[in-house]
Amino acid sequence: MKMKTSRMVVLMAVAILLAAYILFPFALVVLNSFKTQSAIVSNPISAAGASFKQFVSNASSVINNKNFVFWHAFGSSALVTIISLVLLAVFGGMAAWVICRNKTKWSVVIYMVFISSMIIPFQVVMLPLIATFREVGKFVGLGMNGTLPGLIFAYCGFGGAMTVFILTGFIKGIPYELEEAAAIDGCSPEGTFFRIIFPLLKPTIVTVTILNGMWIWNDYLLPSILLGQNNPNKTLPVAVQAFVGSFVKSWDMILTAALLAMIPMIVIFLIAQKHIMDGMVQGAIK
Amino acid sequence: MNENNASKKTLSLALLILGAVLLVAALWMDISKTYLVINMGSAKLALRGLFLVLGALLCLAGLYYIPTVLHHRAIINFLFLFPLLFTFAVTVIIPMFVGIFYSFTDWNGVSYTRMVGFENYGAMFKDPAFIWSLLLTVLFVIVNMVLVNLVAFLLALLCTTKLKGVGFFRAAYFLPNLIGGIVLGYIWQFIFSNVLTTILNSPHSALASTKTAFMAIIVVYVWQYAGYIMLIYINGLATVPKDVLEAAQIDGADAMKTLFQIKIPMIAATFTICTFLTLTSAFKQFDVNLALTNGVGTVRGFMGQRLSNGTQMIALNIYNTAFARDQFGYAQAKAILFFIILACVSLIQVRISNKREVEM
Repeated sequence: MKMKTSRMVVLMAVAILLAAYILFPFALVVLNSFKTQSAIVSNPISAAGASFKQFVSNASSVINNKNFVFWHAFGSSALVTIISLVLLAVFGGMAAWVICRNKTKWSVVIYMVFISSMIIPFQVVMLPLIATFREVGKFVGLGMNGTLPGLIFAYCGFGGAMTVFILTGFIKGIPYELEEAAAIDGCSPEGTFFRIIFPLLKPTIVTVTILNGMWIWNDYLLPSILLGQNNPNKTLPVAVQAFVGSFVKSWDMILTAALLAMIPMIVIFLIAQKHIMDGMVQGAIK
Repeated sequence: MNENNASKKTLSLALLILGAVLLVAALWMDISKTYLVINMGSAKLALRGLFLVLGALLCLAGLYYIPTVLHHRAIINFLFLFPLLFTFAVTVIIPMFVGIFYSFTDWNGVSYTRMVGFENYGAMFKDPAFIWSLLLTVLFVIVNMVLVNLVAFLLALLCTTKLKGVGFFRAAYFLPNLIGGIVLGYIWQFIFSNVLTTILNSPHSALASTKTAFMAIIVVYVWQYAGYIMLIYINGLATVPKDVLEAAQIDGADAMKTLFQIKIPMIAATFTICTFLTLTSAFKQFDVNLALTNGVGTVRGFMGQRLSNGTQMIALNIYNTAFARDQFGYAQAKAILFFIILACVSLIQVRISNKREVEM
């Protein structure tokens, strides 16, 4: 498969042009975060008027804005994402194992319900969800609407189906003899799961965590309706929306906010690039 | 062993009884409307909720310690399934059925006064704004399915050549997919209304007219999504066996022939996955739509009306019907119709693709 040099050069040029096109919005965000509003409006593509001092001033007014409260929103997003991911991995693994290792009518029914629920668009359950959470919250005496535990609870419910689906596929491939051997050695069923099966699930847990993590971190609709725009504990995407709503056309503020909101995800991507890209593909083709 | 069992039995019984007492106490508080509240500084903790959660946890723990060899496995099965099934039922299953019921009422988000039968469903088809959103979404889905797959496949071909720095290009093309639609929407709003007007030296933003604003949404969506679909195509192309390609080369097939007669037929399954993904995600498109145009756009004369929601896709239409106009029952009926359409379209798509795959 030798290719002519001239063709390689053309291909390289195309690849670079495409990369430039795909990356230029990011470059613009970075460039303009270093400028004042008037410098942005007069010429958004020139570096004139860009200074680090201006970026610090932009960033500090974004971070201290009372509609945005960057660190608080960042903390809420991180907390919700991490706890939901841990719960989904553990509960998902447990449920998938039970569904996979019990060939009863019930496990098949539960599995089918999980799978078919994956096609339900969020809009269908969005409105009744608020009502259900309100009623359940009233009955239980714990706030479900407007609280982070309520949001985490919802993510466990919505992420459950996909998590179980991917993990069941993997558990099917683990030889059953392993569990029989453990049982003969006197290991309890729960011990078998936590000591033998769960460690084996690690690569698939990584896949599931990446898929769920990208979704939960970037999700706007669910936190916006469960928490509301004015909630002090709003997550990052909701905070961006609330912030931009209060600053129509103040591009210096909006773009700096966008940059701050993008940074965590891009840093994680640079660290775990291969895992993330593999995980996204594995999740899709399952 | 026996002693161990006896102590386990006492523990299990104690936990179960304590849990049951707490549950009954919570239930009694609920019925008698006694609200005991502990003040902890600024936060208030309702005792009833605490009782209920603690009681349930104690019952589950008691269940775990029941000293039985015979039923232990069944108990574990129940305990392992419970957390996920419980959250799933409360967030998906119950709202789903409640939602179907509400779509037949004049629900306002809090309560309803009467059943309206199929009134909500009938009203939809006389609502030009909704029909417009529906048709716009269908157009958006078709255009995107073609464009995203085409662009993604070409990108995948580019990224499977022996180019230097392929790893960098893959990561770069994938990058937009990492960022949420809200943030991307605002970035592109800036690009269309400020940057492009400067570059093209034109006073009009592309977002100002309905037609170009709709195209703008497509541009942003393809930009965001193509990198992800590209990764799946790359993965598919990697499964084409090397010896088949070599055999084709020896038989004198040129690059074009290899592509159309070997590579594409061999990754038919990948095409199925990618069309399915682009189809369903384009249908549900919400974030970019909200942040980029917020659905605004003038349409002169559609079904005899002047519309102001020229770029509003169906998901945003449902959202606005509920939260901007407070017509929750009507919005819910729209959502149910949306679900039915989505389910039918994806089923048909899977059917057709499966048939194709077999033929190929």
